[in-house]
Amino acid sequence: MLRFVIRRLLQAVPTLLVLSILVFAWLRLLPGGPATALLGDKATPEKIASLNAVLGLDQPIFVQYFKFLGRVVTGDFGASLITGDTVLAEIGRAFPATVELAIAALVLAVGFGIPLGYLAARYRGRFLDNATVLTTLVGVAVPVFFFGVLLKYVFAQKLGVLPPSGRQDVTIDATHITGFFTLDGILTGELDATWDAIKHLILPAIALASIPFAVIVRITRASVLDVQQEDFVRTAESKGLTTATIRQRHVLRNALLPVSTTIGLQTGLLLAGAVLTEKVFNWNGLGSLLAQGIERRDYPRLQALLLLAALVYVIVNLLVDISYAIIDPRVRVR
Amino acid sequence: MLPTRAVGLRRIALIGLAGALAVTTAACASERGSGDSASDTFIFGAAGEPKNFDPIFNDDGESFRPARQMFDTLVTYKPGTTELEGALATEWTPSNGNTTWTFTLRPNVKFHDGTPFNAAAVCFNFERWFNMKGAAAQSQMIYYGDVFEGFKNNEGDASGDPVYKSCEAKDDLTAVLNLNKAKGAFPDAFGLTSLSISSPEALQKYDADNVTQSGEAFSYPPYATDHPTGTGPYKFESFDKANKTITLVRNDEYWGEKAKTAKLIFKIIPDENARKQELAAGTIDGYDFPSPADYKSLKDQGNQVLIRPAFNILYLGINQKNNPLLRDVRVRKAIEFAINKDQLVQNRLPEGATAQDQFLPDNVPGHTPAVEKHAFDQAQARQLLAEAGATDLTLNFYVPTEVTRPYMPNPVDIAAAVTDDLKAVGIKVNVVQESWNGGFKDSVQKAGKHDLHLLGWTGDYADAGNFVGTFFGRQKAEFGFDNPEVFNALSTADAQTTPDAKKAAYENASVVISQYVPAVPLSSSPPGIVVRSDVQGLIPTPLTDERFYTVTKG
Repeated sequence: MLRFVIRRLLQAVPTLLVLSILVFAWLRLLPGGPATALLGDKATPEKIASLNAVLGLDQPIFVQYFKFLGRVVTGDFGASLITGDTVLAEIGRAFPATVELAIAALVLAVGFGIPLGYLAARYRGRFLDNATVLTTLVGVAVPVFFFGVLLKYVFAQKLGVLPPSGRQDVTIDATHITGFFTLDGILTGELDATWDAIKHLILPAIALASIPFAVIVRITRASVLDVQQEDFVRTAESKGLTTATIRQRHVLRNALLPVSTTIGLQTGLLLAGAVLTEKVFNWNGLGSLLAQGIERRDYPRLQALLLLAALVYVIVNLLVDISYAIIDPRVRVR
Repeated sequence: MLPTRAVGLRRIALIGLAGALAVTTAACASERGSGDSASDTFIFGAAGEPKNFDPIFNDDGESFRPARQMFDTLVTYKPGTTELEGALATEWTPSNGNTTWTFTLRPNVKFHDGTPFNAAAVCFNFERWFNMKGAAAQSQMIYYGDVFEGFKNNEGDASGDPVYKSCEAKDDLTAVLNLNKAKGAFPDAFGLTSLSISSPEALQKYDADNVTQSGEAFSYPPYATDHPTGTGPYKFESFDKANKTITLVRNDEYWGEKAKTAKLIFKIIPDENARKQELAAGTIDGYDFPSPADYKSLKDQGNQVLIRPAFNILYLGINQKNNPLLRDVRVRKAIEFAINKDQLVQNRLPEGATAQDQFLPDNVPGHTPAVEKHAFDQAQARQLLAEAGATDLTLNFYVPTEVTRPYMPNPVDIAAAVTDDLKAVGIKVNVVQESWNGGFKDSVQKAGKHDLHLLGWTGDYADAGNFVGTFFGRQKAEFGFDNPEVFNALSTADAQTTPDAKKAAYENASVVISQYVPAVPLSSSPPGIVVRSDVQGLIPTPLTDERFYTVTKG
């Protein structure tokens, strides 16, 4: 198992290197540049040229790349052009926000998705099944930003029961240790801060969970239906096992194999692609960082974020492979 | 033994009960926070985070907004106007042909760190700016560079001759500033937020000049990130970067009227729709530059949309370099005659916008009714085009996308109206849309690829040079002309030392410009600021430099 993990990690190195070249070149081929964005309204061609010279952006692209690579191998991703903070510090702050949101969304998607998918398969063709299929169709089809705005309109604006956006009420003087606001309140005993963070988490988590939830329901349903037709299920039935045992031990466990692959892929998407949800809910995570970085052509921030996103994908895929090995021992033998 | 399903249900019920208990306990826990009542905290939704808090290293509105609440300048602008009034200086007197400025300072003023404000502190600040070392630091002093033109030792690409000569603390309350040359921008430019006065002790203690370059970006010293120390009505408390919140607290030692709210919080919400929904939910008390399209719905919800006096210009730029026909003034006049500015203003610009026949808003000295007017007249436009032999004219019209500015809420819509007007007199228009940050400004201002373009300007202070001098004071790729008459009229106006002479000289320059038509002035639009119905005392200002210490809630 260890050799398997090490081999997979080493395979990721050339992937990331090639990706770093692509990201670096792509950013610099985009029209405009950070100097124009930094100087805003008052940008004159002279000021832009002067700032580019100070930033070293007037040098040949390969010179810029090797300088960048030299810094990256020492762990220096540079500082954000917008905030002047080191990019790693920015990511360090945004990462817990995105992970917190992704975990909440995943808990909702998996917690409701798998049981519902299973029930839909079990009551195939009946009302519950039809209603589920329809709901998931809507879940996949409705754009996240629209769903998000709608949730805010109903629960924050009209009913006033949940906050519209942000991670915590600005008047709460909360202590932040880990950056996971829900956890920080528990660690410091500031339970009102945790409660406030949970309230802020609900709407964005629902919005973000909408698509993975729908996908998980559909995959679970299809997978359960498939597995029910398998020979070993028939064998188990003929052995006289109870229906409950067959469902739990044989059907559900085997049906979860493709579901776990889906969850892995969806986790990658949640971590790297929550841009819209974060924008709509002013959630200060990696997605917001990315969106603002693109808008303002913040090269150092974008380089670090895109490479990080790639790294997350590689790691999540690795975890999925490992989970395969755990769920299905045959994979380990292969 | 209970059946398996019953055990499962019981477990779920127990977990649910535990969760509900935890939540209830948490909800019942005392609300900590500041202990201030809601009416003692004003929460403003900001569109972006500040670059840092040292005013000298900033040049954008989002950075200036918190800085303005914490710092004072020598002179300032009367709330709601562009007229000057005293701030840290009670008097400011020019002498020696405006190359010497003597400031009489306000007594008994203290910085937030308790150190005294005096003439030595003023001179320390001017000396700090003039002596700033390092290309990185100098490149970030945009406004200082504009106004004072150079440093003691120019580094990087800074190349101007310094306007600043010396500063002398005659006595505790008299600071004398000596300049190498007179500039029309003074005294108004002394009120620029960038030229705010900081505590000398804090500047030294927190290493304020140490701006470094890290890779392709700049890193700022502790003074700029965590310890800004001015004399203003609010003091810096914290910048929570994880929750994107800047918290300022009332300065009880403030020399002027004390702030009405104990806390001022800036909550950073980049998405405009999110700002709007937070206002509706009551989690913020106001935000800046609401989209004019939202004015009605914001008012319907009971909010106050405060409209500032317009202090900007939208223009249709003309580049004479690429198409020889545009070097003929008759063609440029024809373009202006072709545009129905009144209709444009009525249909595409916010309430309160006005059509413009010159490049100065009417509250800037130098605006004059004597300019040559080219009001909408399609017959005249066609005739001029025929006389100039330009009946088959095709123009590349560069239009910015992905941007809104107070002077152009929706550039694509405005450009569509202008294009229709030009087509109506027989001019063929090839519209080229480019993203604001993604090439538009480079194409127009650096490469000069265009024939026509849409752009504008918001004034920094009420000096005509800040408008017309910036546009037409010298040869630029944006306009592609070299006209000594225009350049001379503007440099003569800038060199005038008395307000009356300056006004007259800029009126003359406005007339010269109107005859030459280097571009077409289109409109001035008043930007709005929105606050909830229970917010009182906010005075909207044309320079968009509101200070919040007068604001009350509830």
